[in-house]
Amino acid sequence: MKPLLTIFFALALTFSACSGGDSQQETQEEETQEQGLSDFELEHGIGPITARLDISDDIDDDLRVRGQEIFEMKCEMCHNMEGRMVGPALGDVADRRSPEYIMNMILNPGGMAKNHPEGEKLVQEYMSVMPFQNVSEEDARALVEYLRDYNMNN
Amino acid sequence: MNKNNNKRLRGILLGAGFVALAAFLFTGCPSEQRMLDSGDAAQKVYVAPGDHDEFYGFFSGGYSGQLSVWGLPSARMLKVIPVFSQDPETAYGYSEETKPLFNTSYGFIPWDDSHHPHISQTDGNADGRWIFINANNTPRIARIDLETFQTKEILELPNTGGNHASSYVTSNTEYVIGATRFSIPYEKDLDVPIDSYSDEFRGSLSFIEVDQETGMMEVDFQIVVPPYNYDLGRAGKGISSDWVFFTTYNTEEAHTMLEVNASRNDKDFIAAVNWKKAAELVRDGHGKTMDAEYYHNHYNGKKQGYAVSEVKNEVTVLDTREIDENFIYYLPTPKSPHGVDVDPTGEYIVGGGKLATVIPVHSFSNMLEAIENDDIDDYIDGIPVLNYDATIAGEVENPGLGPLHTEFDGKGYAYTSVYISSEIVKWSLETFEVVDRIDSYYSIGHLMITGGDTVDPDAQYMVGLTKTAKDRYLPTGPKQNHPAQLYDISGDKMELLLDFPTIGEPHYAQSIKADKIVDQIAKIYEMEENDHPDALLRMTENRVERRGNDVHIYMGATRSHFRPDNIEGVKLGDDVYVHLTNMEQEWDVVHGIAIKGSQSTELLVPPGQTKTIKWTPTRTGIYPFYCTAFCSALHQEMQGYIRVSGPDSNVELTWSTNE
Ligand SMILES: [Cu+2]
Repeated sequence: MKPLLTIFFALALTFSACSGGDSQQETQEEETQEQGLSDFELEHGIGPITARLDISDDIDDDLRVRGQEIFEMKCEMCHNMEGRMVGPALGDVADRRSPEYIMNMILNPGGMAKNHPEGEKLVQEYMSVMPFQNVSEEDARALVEYLRDYNMNN
Repeated sequence: MNKNNNKRLRGILLGAGFVALAAFLFTGCPSEQRMLDSGDAAQKVYVAPGDHDEFYGFFSGGYSGQLSVWGLPSARMLKVIPVFSQDPETAYGYSEETKPLFNTSYGFIPWDDSHHPHISQTDGNADGRWIFINANNTPRIARIDLETFQTKEILELPNTGGNHASSYVTSNTEYVIGATRFSIPYEKDLDVPIDSYSDEFRGSLSFIEVDQETGMMEVDFQIVVPPYNYDLGRAGKGISSDWVFFTTYNTEEAHTMLEVNASRNDKDFIAAVNWKKAAELVRDGHGKTMDAEYYHNHYNGKKQGYAVSEVKNEVTVLDTREIDENFIYYLPTPKSPHGVDVDPTGEYIVGGGKLATVIPVHSFSNMLEAIENDDIDDYIDGIPVLNYDATIAGEVENPGLGPLHTEFDGKGYAYTSVYISSEIVKWSLETFEVVDRIDSYYSIGHLMITGGDTVDPDAQYMVGLTKTAKDRYLPTGPKQNHPAQLYDISGDKMELLLDFPTIGEPHYAQSIKADKIVDQIAKIYEMEENDHPDALLRMTENRVERRGNDVHIYMGATRSHFRPDNIEGVKLGDDVYVHLTNMEQEWDVVHGIAIKGSQSTELLVPPGQTKTIKWTPTRTGIYPFYCTAFCSALHQEMQGYIRVSGPDSNVELTWSTNE
């Protein structure tokens, strides 16, 4: 089983190596790998979100509606709210991860798979790297709102 | 022996002589191979892995019907863009979206012969918006957009037999031009004896207007001309921007054994057309409308989805016999000219006479002066024939045998491919003297200089497109792929850098500096802009619908599964339409679908696009389908089943995933 897993892992990585395709981003990733991850990165992920966001406890309804639209178009083929699919269930993800972590995972899935211990674990468990779905930072924020709302009400 | 017979005999002898000579040259050894020291040549064409080439080269596929894209100078093939022939790799011409592009007034045509690509221009410079290419056999012009490298439109040309003098654009892409290589009876479906050629047959020159926003083409007008063969065309530039030029041969009006019978006259013509004036005449109502039938196939604007076919029923023509004003002139040009090429300043119009012993260079200013001074030798069907000596600026002596096509380096030199003696000659636009020559291997047709057909050539590389490759690389049986050869022209002497095989018959090529277009090239089809009527925009909406005997499967694909992946309730006698949407938004991640026993091809769908294929099951049973792309580590698991039952079965239509 072990060698097989390694092969899967290697194949998955081949794909993730180019995702995003932003060389600046990759340089940044290499540096962090050398230096080890900061506390922020360990808790909130690696990606364009590098500081805590000011997110109110109340749900922003406009954002939630937009988030649901994006979720159905770009996420739902691989994620159920309850139960594992191609990827993990997301009904409780707002409980398990910070908004910044969720956004970094959406915006930099390749980098997370390669350089973040939690990302690496996911690849080993699900045997594929989450693709970057061309989601903008604003839409990633909207997805957070949808996931937070779902988590609160289900 | 009377004069006519004598002339005829001379023609035959001359023709036979050329054939013998060509045969000798084909079998003989090349005399001179001047190549950079191979280490230096290797360095000049070496583009390290991961690095990018400096130029995009677009090579026509000739009898493959396609357009191939190459990185230069490495000669790496980047892509084959399907245009006029079905392509199983991409489902082009097989998918329901693209099948309408193949409709013509002769029915569905799955093949053609693509010859001359031309990149759209602004102010005489390649602008990288679109690339046009002609179909020679069933006359058509296609437009490919250079964001997605996808064929967006194909327009049939009426009154045309062999659309060879095509698809050249004017300086601001106002028009794409075309012309008939074979004159034909131009009234629709006219059934006449072939030997009524001189009475009933006519030529036509086509002017296709281009919408500057959308790129959409429309036949604006045609000019009906004497029944010669119109071979190649070229738009003027700079001072001659309002003009276009076409070569003719067969001014003898022969209709059999043209090899001999169309080679008698010492001079044929270049037709110089003032397109601005012709367009004005049409606007002022001088054209007449005639019956025609031709197809215009296109996507609607920038949309995805299904291409549509429109049928046109008439065309506006200007008949030179019926209009008093002059808007077209003949320039006598020796002898069966092929190429007609305009230098970057727009002043020199160079003919390439396949059987000529000199390269004639006409001067645009001399031409205007000759028109002004009425320096006219003759009129043919109302077309003034200008005096040769009045328009000619010079003749290049000793150009080799069979000069064909000329390109320019913008530094005062012209380069002419010479077919029969298999060489390229470089000559001065000041002295009209040959300054350098180099062998090509073998039988060169067209050549291309990077930017050579614009007002501002880059003049770094030259590509020779040659017709036979024997002994140039590892043999592949009796038929080799036709080669291209890459030359360095940055110095005084031309130097051969590289041989490489291409697809089909690489008839002609164009190039553009990569950095001019690289930023506009799409990485994905944006899912939110997917306006395909059968797109699956939410994975949860995957479904199967029955409409009478048509079954529509709305299926999504992502790494590494299809939804739905189990389908039952299809019956014999049904036509099954699979609408597959690739739900991914990552550059270059494609999914495919192949169904056992399907009569056409797979579908290969780029990220964010929807494609549709029709499948008619022929037996009952379980049909596996799978993803044809190695899309992820688990791509082998990307599969499903369709159950096909008998026509009277009561198996319900169901679909599921993970149940
Ligand atoms: Cu796949």
